Amino acid sequence: MHRALPCYVVLVCLLLMAPIVIVVILAFSGEGYLQFPPTSFSLRWFVRFLGDPQWQASLWYSLVIGVIACVIATVLGFFAAYAFVRSDLAGKKLLLSLLLLPIIVPTVITSIAMYFLSARLHLVGNLLWIGICHAVIALPVVLLILLSALQGVDVNLERAALSLGASRARLFLKVVVPLAAPGLISAALFAFLASFDELIISLFLTGVRAQTLPVRIWNSLHMEIEPTIAAVSAFLIGITALVLLLDTLLRGRRAATMDTQR
Amino acid sequence: MLNRSAILMLPAFAMLAFVFLTPLGWFFAQTLFIDSTPTGLWSQITEVLTSRAMLQAIVTTNWISLLVTAAVLLMGYPIAYYLANRRGLRFTLVVFCIVVPYFTSIIVRTYSWMVLLGRTGLINQVLRGAGLIDAPVPLLYNQTSIVIGMTYVLLPYMVLTLFAAMRSIDRTLLLAARGMGASGPMIFWRVYLPLSLHGVISGALIVFILSIGFFITPALMGGPSDVMVAMLIERSVEITLDWTSASVMSLFLLAVTLVLYAIYYRVTDVRRLMGAGG
Repeated sequence: MHRALPCYVVLVCLLLMAPIVIVVILAFSGEGYLQFPPTSFSLRWFVRFLGDPQWQASLWYSLVIGVIACVIATVLGFFAAYAFVRSDLAGKKLLLSLLLLPIIVPTVITSIAMYFLSARLHLVGNLLWIGICHAVIALPVVLLILLSALQGVDVNLERAALSLGASRARLFLKVVVPLAAPGLISAALFAFLASFDELIISLFLTGVRAQTLPVRIWNSLHMEIEPTIAAVSAFLIGITALVLLLDTLLRGRRAATMDTQR
Repeated sequence: MLNRSAILMLPAFAMLAFVFLTPLGWFFAQTLFIDSTPTGLWSQITEVLTSRAMLQAIVTTNWISLLVTAAVLLMGYPIAYYLANRRGLRFTLVVFCIVVPYFTSIIVRTYSWMVLLGRTGLINQVLRGAGLIDAPVPLLYNQTSIVIGMTYVLLPYMVLTLFAAMRSIDRTLLLAARGMGASGPMIFWRVYLPLSLHGVISGALIVFILSIGFFITPALMGGPSDVMVAMLIERSVEITLDWTSASVMSLFLLAVTLVLYAIYYRVTDVRRLMGAGG
C-alpha cells in the first residue's frame, strides 16, 4: 500500500501530462503528417501558423478580445471582491453565488442567449462586445482569486489611512491596490487566459468576421487533423505555461508581502 | 466607513444583469411567449421534452455524466490524498501536473486526445507497429472516447476540491484513532473517509454539474449516436433553426443545473468553487 500510492500518482501524472507533451513535440515535427515520435524536427508548422494571414488575424482578435475581457473583469472583479471581503452585508454568500453563475450555467445556453440578443443589436463580430461577454465568464475567476488575496490585506492599514484623512480614491490607489498588487496581477492573467481560451461564446458571437484562435481550431478539427493545429495548440499551451509561471513568481511575492505585514 | 463598501459590488452586478441575465431572460421570453403561440406553449414543451431525440439525449447525458463523475472520483481521491500528505518538491511536481492541464484550453486538451485516439493516431500506430493489430481500431467517435476526454478535462476540478477538503482535516484525530488501537485501514474507513466526505460530495456535484452541460469534448469526440443535451440544443439552433425547441431544452437543462447548484451551495462554501481559495 505504501509503495502503491506513489506509483499510482506517478502514473496519473504521466497520463495527465502525456497528451500535452505529445502535442508540443508534434508541433515541432518535420513530417508532413502526424507521426510519433517524429523522425525529424522543424519549425515549419509554426512558420505556417504565424505566416498565414488568416491565423494572424485570429491571433490578433484573440489578443484584443482577451485584453478587453481582462481589463473589464479585473476592474469590476476587484471592486466586488473588496466589497465582499470588507462589508458585513447580510446575504453576501448568496450574492457571491449569483456572480459565480456564469461558470455554472452551461456555456451553450449562455452563448445562444447572447447570440440571440447580439444578432438583433447587430453586435455579432464586434470585438468590444465579445470582450464584454467574455468578461462575464472571466469575472468569477477574478473574484475567486481576489477573495483569497484580499483576505491577506490587513484592514488596520486601511483604517489608519482613513483616520489620517485619506480620501476613498486615495485609499484605493495608495493602500489597497499596492497591497493587493500580486493577487491583482494574477487575477488579470487568469482573466486574460479565460477569454483567450474561450470557445463556445466565441463560436456564436464572432460570426465569420472575427474568428478567434479556438474558433479556428474548432473549424479545422471538423475537417482534418493537420500538424498546423498542433503548432497552434502548442502556442496556446505556451501562453498557459507563461501565465502559470508568472503566477508562481507572484505567489512568492504575495507570501512575502503578507509576511512583512505580520 | 468601510461598511459602505457594499456599493462597490454594483458595477459587477450591473454587468451580470446586462450581459448575462438579460440575454437569458430575453431569449426565453421571446422564444417561449412571444414567438410561439401562447395556447400551444404547454403542449410544445411536453412535445419537445418527450421527443425521441431529447429522451435519448437525456439518457446519454446522465449516463456519461455518471460515468465521468465516478471515474474522476476514483482516480482523483488517491491523488488528493497523496497531495494532502506531502510537502516540498514532490507536492510541487504533482500540483504542476494537475494545474497545467487544468488551465490549458479545453479545445487543446480535446484535440490532444483526438491525436492519440484517431484512426491514424498514436495508439493505433503503436499497436500496429507492435504487430498487435492489422487494421486501425476505432478508438475515437464513440461513448468511451467521450468519457476518456471528459474525465481528462474534469479530473483537476475533483482533485483540487478534494485536496482543499482533505487539507482541513485535523491530523490529531488520526493520531487519536491510532492511539486507541485502530488499524491503518480502519482509520481510513472510519475516520479519514467520513471527514473527507464533504469534499467527495462537493467534488462529485461540481463535476456532475459541469458534465451535464458539456459541449466541446462530446461534440468532437463522440459518434453520430452519442448526442448529449447541450449538443442537441446547439444543433437545433445551428442546423434546424428551431429556436423554440432550443429554448425549451435550454430551460430544462438550466433548471436541472440550478437545482444541483442550489444543493452545492447548501453543502459547500462557494468560495471553494474550482478548488480556489482553499
